[in-house]
Amino acid sequence: MASLFTSCSQTYDLPDPLPLDGGQSLEGVRIAFETYGALNDARDNAILICHATTGDQYVASPHPITGKPGWWSKMVGPGKPIDTDRFYVICPNVLGSCMGTTGPGSLAPDGQPYGLRFPVITIRDMVRAHMALLDHLGVERLYAVVGGSMGGMQALSLSIHWPERVARVLLLATTAVMPVQNIAFQEVGRQAIMADPDWQGGAYYGTGRAPDAGLAVARMAAHITYLSEATLSEKFGRRLQDRDAKSFGFGADFQVESYLRYQGSSFTGRFDANSYLYITRAMSYFDVVDERFGAGHNARLSEAFAGVTARFCVVSFDTDWLYPTAESRKIAHAVNAAGAPVSFMELAAPYGHDSFLLDVPALDRVITGFLSR
Amino acid sequence: MNRIMATLRPDLAVIAGHVAPGAKVLDVGCGDGTLMAALRDERGCDVRGLEIDPHNVAECVGHGLSAIQGDADTDLALYPDASFDYAILSQTLQTTKRPDMVLEELLRIGRRAFVSFPNFGHWRVRSDLLWRGRMPVTRLLPVGWYETPNIHHLTIADFRDFVAARGLKVEGAWYLNGDSLISPAMATWRAEHAVYLLSRG
Repeated sequence: MASLFTSCSQTYDLPDPLPLDGGQSLEGVRIAFETYGALNDARDNAILICHATTGDQYVASPHPITGKPGWWSKMVGPGKPIDTDRFYVICPNVLGSCMGTTGPGSLAPDGQPYGLRFPVITIRDMVRAHMALLDHLGVERLYAVVGGSMGGMQALSLSIHWPERVARVLLLATTAVMPVQNIAFQEVGRQAIMADPDWQGGAYYGTGRAPDAGLAVARMAAHITYLSEATLSEKFGRRLQDRDAKSFGFGADFQVESYLRYQGSSFTGRFDANSYLYITRAMSYFDVVDERFGAGHNARLSEAFAGVTARFCVVSFDTDWLYPTAESRKIAHAVNAAGAPVSFMELAAPYGHDSFLLDVPALDRVITGFLSR
Repeated sequence: MNRIMATLRPDLAVIAGHVAPGAKVLDVGCGDGTLMAALRDERGCDVRGLEIDPHNVAECVGHGLSAIQGDADTDLALYPDASFDYAILSQTLQTTKRPDMVLEELLRIGRRAFVSFPNFGHWRVRSDLLWRGRMPVTRLLPVGWYETPNIHHLTIADFRDFVAARGLKVEGAWYLNGDSLISPAMATWRAEHAVYLLSRG
């Protein structure tokens, strides 16, 4: 199996085909992952960290392409809130991604890249692959599963479909059902990619052309949704970039425009456009009630949590308009109604949805506290 | 009374001492979870909390307790009928927008309800109003009139009238002055604080 993007992670090749929610099954699945700390003799100190949409397994180690520190290196490490002196931390790259785990850029059994022949996957399919990895690593029951944003969706899916395999579930800035507004934003991103002539129906691998312009636009639109008006105003305001007057053209006059262009173009160097299509599709489909009872079933959210025994902690941020507090509160009340112990809090932070990745001391305290006992 | 309970605020110690072991309890306005921890560790109770301040909720989480950030005025409606053996409202009644509705919800969610509140009929309060013409600032009501979270002051006499008018059954009543329990005699004058155990009868 090859991938567009190289990786120095550990990998695990699933011995059996992976059954998918879409009805197909996928052969030769490889999962790339990082681990930190050590599994204890009782095998009861493992924490699974699920990454967000365009995240990866490099949660606390430098990214092999960008060289930047791990995306949650402030949270994961010796003596940090997710303490690797105490816990065995596992962070896999999700199915469909492009950092070493099988995705649309991987080679299909016929030796050609999958492209759009890759099956559409769901959040539960990602978790199914994680479960196979846990089996391989000898982890029967997790001390905790932790996830923010799309990672929180995986943590939710795991807690509902594999309740016996997890004792604690920590959900940050996430939702049990993808809000319609987010489906809309993600469709904008996908259409931007598909509108790029270099996309070539998804069969751009090896052609020397890739839909970088479309992917950059998708990233720009998404990036706005991760921030808050307060962050943007504080960071950029209406200040002009490297000039004293408006240019009366379409250059990046405003600093915020220049910033978004940079975010867009740097993203194309580390992410595959087709992976973006598949992963956002999986998120758009996400609905734990559907996952449990099938689409069209009008069960209550609390019924989806029936039989769940893990202790939950749900955290939202007051400036997150992508997954607003109301979504987290729904989860908390549903878990409560289902009888499982749950805590919920909305933390104040200025950074919008991305707050869970940034410096919010209150979050450190909550995570330390929740994992402490 | 054992060690942990002895360190509790007096009204909380009264409550903790009268909750049946192993009961399912909802602590409304649970603060940092002190009472919840005592009920869990000393009485083996299954305790959940509701608390408006996220920092307090975080404290609860750090103690391994389950608390939901929310507002007693709006969020109690989300809980099913009779889902707890006890619902507890300690020193919170006077801060709610509609104490009458909150009490109704407490007795809908819990089979029994503990309610504790500072007594605005205490003699020191009365004398402040009578002789100084001032809204009182006392140990239990320590904040000035313009910034107090206590928006519905009440006296023990008010509470007795309310309970009688609603046909609620008083299963227990305890009166505190300082850290000590006092007799019910002249409690409307002498008690700084009251704790009631109510049921629908």
